[in-house]
Amino acid sequence: MDVVDATQAKIAEDAGAVAVMALERVPADIRAQGGVARMSDPEMIEGIQEAVSIPVMAKARIGHFVEAQILQSLGVDYIDESEVLTPADTANHIDKREFTVPFVCGATNLGEALRRITEGAAMIRSKGEAGTGDVSNATTHMRKIRGELARLSSLPQDELFVAAKDMQAPYDLVVEVAQAGKLPVVLFTAGGIATPADAAMMMQLGAQGVFVGSGIFKTGDDNPTEAVRNERAAARAKAIVEATLHFDNPDVIAKVSRNLGPAMVGINVDEIPEPHRLAQRGW
Amino acid sequence: MGLDGLLIPGGESTTISLLASKQKLFEPITTAIAQGLAVYGSCAGMIMLADRVLDGRVDRPSFGGIDIDVRRNAFGRQVDSFEAKLELPVLGGEPFPAVFIRAPWVERIGGGVEIIARLARQNDGDPAGRIVAVRQGRLLATSFHPELTGDRRIHEYFLRIVRGEV
Repeated sequence: MDVVDATQAKIAEDAGAVAVMALERVPADIRAQGGVARMSDPEMIEGIQEAVSIPVMAKARIGHFVEAQILQSLGVDYIDESEVLTPADTANHIDKREFTVPFVCGATNLGEALRRITEGAAMIRSKGEAGTGDVSNATTHMRKIRGELARLSSLPQDELFVAAKDMQAPYDLVVEVAQAGKLPVVLFTAGGIATPADAAMMMQLGAQGVFVGSGIFKTGDDNPTEAVRNERAAARAKAIVEATLHFDNPDVIAKVSRNLGPAMVGINVDEIPEPHRLAQRGW
Repeated sequence: MGLDGLLIPGGESTTISLLASKQKLFEPITTAIAQGLAVYGSCAGMIMLADRVLDGRVDRPSFGGIDIDVRRNAFGRQVDSFEAKLELPVLGGEPFPAVFIRAPWVERIGGGVEIIARLARQNDGDPAGRIVAVRQGRLLATSFHPELTGDRRIHEYFLRIVRGEV
């Protein structure tokens, strides 16, 4: 779960989150305020590390290997090389093999996932469209990755050479994935998840876990006090954890979806001009 | 519970404890442990089987069952994760490839606890010689993840505990 301070981090931990993402601005705010989005202040990240006992993740800009070096030196548990921040390199991603800290990277399709794994990513998340509350892109990317995995594992051996060429991924990795029928790393989903039902749908589509960003603390309330906002965020966070855990049990999802107050108002992805779509960052 | 054995995998012990309470599994599991269920806990699972947890949250209790003091994240954070070859006399044969990720270690053991493995790694001093695998009766716990290497001997050893062969 994305958090911007120690209070939010504790809410996420108490809700059952397995990790928090320390950020200065959640994607919805980055989107609203515009400008260049960068790695968070180390002081703020350390404050969150001290506040919780669960792992703390932090974001570096795509290709910004020095931000990644700083995050590693802070001892964060995972680095998200993230399209939510403004890319620092328009051609290269970070060479993640040079680091001891594990990385998670976004992907919109299988080829992109395999290129990130080749660079050393230890975890993949489908991209979705962060900060919108619109789950449609996450759905598209999960279906795409799942479909391409199914197709790859059905191909005869002698067609894997062209498959590797088409996906722009190394042949050996393509063969490994074709044989296993799944990625060699865990696959989570992210971007636009705002409700327990969204989270459960992503799990039913094959995600092994869910990143929830703006959807927890950016709910559609009209100027609540901080206490009210945190209370509602806690209820929503707990509900999303329960729905992720019991993703195949509609009775539980129905129960936890009650009385959560308004979900984030959100933006329809279609209404965002192409240059402002985060999922298209990275290649 | 109708179970022959239970695996408590790695993950986050804080979260496992919280969700076990919420899903009303906490009491059934502690009762089953007290009644002699065979349980193997790795990493966070070791923390959940420890009678005493150091550096954990007091409001997130462990199931307990093994008379040990375990220190959470004892080796450090994610970046301090490592691999090591361990001598495990109960398994015999080759050293066991062990993967330690935000791993705990055992700081103190009670009378009925058998040490299964210690870390032999010679490095910065402190971790060398730390206890990283223990057994008490039908409960087995390791600091490390045996499932990440493809070496099945720990799991086979646990199945022998389940069947009462060792």
